[in-house]
Amino acid sequence: MDNLLINYLIPLLIIALKSVFLITALLITIAFLLLADRKIWAAVQMRRGPNVVGPFGLLQSFADLLKFVLKEVIIPYNADKVVFLLAPFVTTVFAISAWAVIPFDAGLVLADINIGILYILAISSLGVYGIIMGGWASNSKYPFLGALRSAAQMVSYEVSIGFVIITVILLSGSLNLSDIVYAQAGNYGFLNWYFIPLFPMFVVFFISALAETNRPPFDLPEAESELVAGFMVEYSSTPYLMFMLGEYVSIVLMCAFGTILFLGGWLPIFTFLDFIPGFVWFVLKVCFMFFLFAMVKAIVPRYRYDQLMRLGWKVFLPLSLLMVALTATYVVFI
Amino acid sequence: MIVVSTLFYLFSFIMIASAFMVVLSRNPVHSVLFLILCFFNSAGIFLLLGAEFLAFILVIVYVGAVAVLFLFVVMMLDVEFKSITSTVISYLPIGMTIGFILLAELMLVLFTWNRDSVKMMSYTTENNEQMSNTEMLGMVLYTDNILFFQLAGLILLASMIGAIVLTVNHRPHRPSAKRQNISVQVDRDPKESIENIKVKPGSGI
Repeated sequence: MDNLLINYLIPLLIIALKSVFLITALLITIAFLLLADRKIWAAVQMRRGPNVVGPFGLLQSFADLLKFVLKEVIIPYNADKVVFLLAPFVTTVFAISAWAVIPFDAGLVLADINIGILYILAISSLGVYGIIMGGWASNSKYPFLGALRSAAQMVSYEVSIGFVIITVILLSGSLNLSDIVYAQAGNYGFLNWYFIPLFPMFVVFFISALAETNRPPFDLPEAESELVAGFMVEYSSTPYLMFMLGEYVSIVLMCAFGTILFLGGWLPIFTFLDFIPGFVWFVLKVCFMFFLFAMVKAIVPRYRYDQLMRLGWKVFLPLSLLMVALTATYVVFI
Repeated sequence: MIVVSTLFYLFSFIMIASAFMVVLSRNPVHSVLFLILCFFNSAGIFLLLGAEFLAFILVIVYVGAVAVLFLFVVMMLDVEFKSITSTVISYLPIGMTIGFILLAELMLVLFTWNRDSVKMMSYTTENNEQMSNTEMLGMVLYTDNILFFQLAGLILLASMIGAIVLTVNHRPHRPSAKRQNISVQVDRDPKESIENIKVKPGSGI
């Protein structure tokens, strides 16, 4: 019995505590990133954005949280109750659980598993279920159309993200996220990072990440002008909050993932700057990626649906396949 | 050991229960959702075996892609739930027959199976100390079994081309069908497409 306690229960408790800490830190960060998103959007449109709650509107996200939680949950008549309430939880839980394998600094990772990259790919491919379930269970036309669009979109862009990941794996020779970052270390600082040799793939990854997370210009599942709010039309209060939260968690996850794959994770820009902790570099790079996401949202108009599908299947798929072939040739013969 | 076996029984129990629910639930969408739960638990069992690569590939391929398409089709079908239950009885004999054949075959395999005689085991026992699961799988797949691997790829390619051919819808006898040419659309010049016309009041263009 002692064995059981030492081998399983205590590690379990430690992992649980670490997870709780990670989730709390993540959610607080996301509250501010959400505000940053709105502020950047507002600045591009020469508005002020949220500026009432707290100094510079810093507490806006927390006010929103309170408002969502305190409102009444409305479940449509004829909706499939269980699936309807399960859908937002599925979205949020999958989005948050993917963070388990993200390395924030050398050794600072919750689960340093061998195939972290596959884990992220698997988890992010499950995010589509929350949307489909929500859209179907609402038993209404707009949510259903939004869910169908979203499913097709996310499945299509997963293919190109998969190929992008394969090129990175070919260069780094590992499926472990920490090893991928170590493979980008070198004497030349940022010149060693993968976004230089794999620049086309970095662009493909960035655009596919936008599509995968239903961000503008690919936010067709919730295109306001066509589908009201897409799969979220019938949702209110806490379930709606869960959807929004899951969406933002997966957006920041994609930023972190891109940082690890192409921007050298926690590595400093120049090698002489390595006295700054790696964690700071990681956060800075994630914020930079998020800034790019926010700028795209502010300045690019929404795609038409057939254009979206054409871009995914007829442009990105051949391009990324070609790059996989080229990278493999480089790795094997040169 | 007790933790591992507890987890194994948990995963297997949920897996079998959800497999039952796939067949028993009246709503086809619920059936697919239970199927997904079933896949998940089988991935869990793979993880317990230490085959993490297979577990995640199972999740990516079956849960992430195949089950999404299932769900797609089932949601679009608009089935009447009552009619399904009434037809179950008529399908019972053939279903029982297939189930019985499968069970008999499984029994045959189970009773004649000898752990030493399985040749596949010899692949994994070589130098598995330093290599990760993924590497070992690659070593077996791309060296000894490369021919089968290529064959499987060819079969998949053929079926993919077949599926694409089925959806291609060129109708040369119907020239009125409108088709978009993206490069023509992008190349349009405002100078040629927009014309400023001074309209005299009361005369029209």
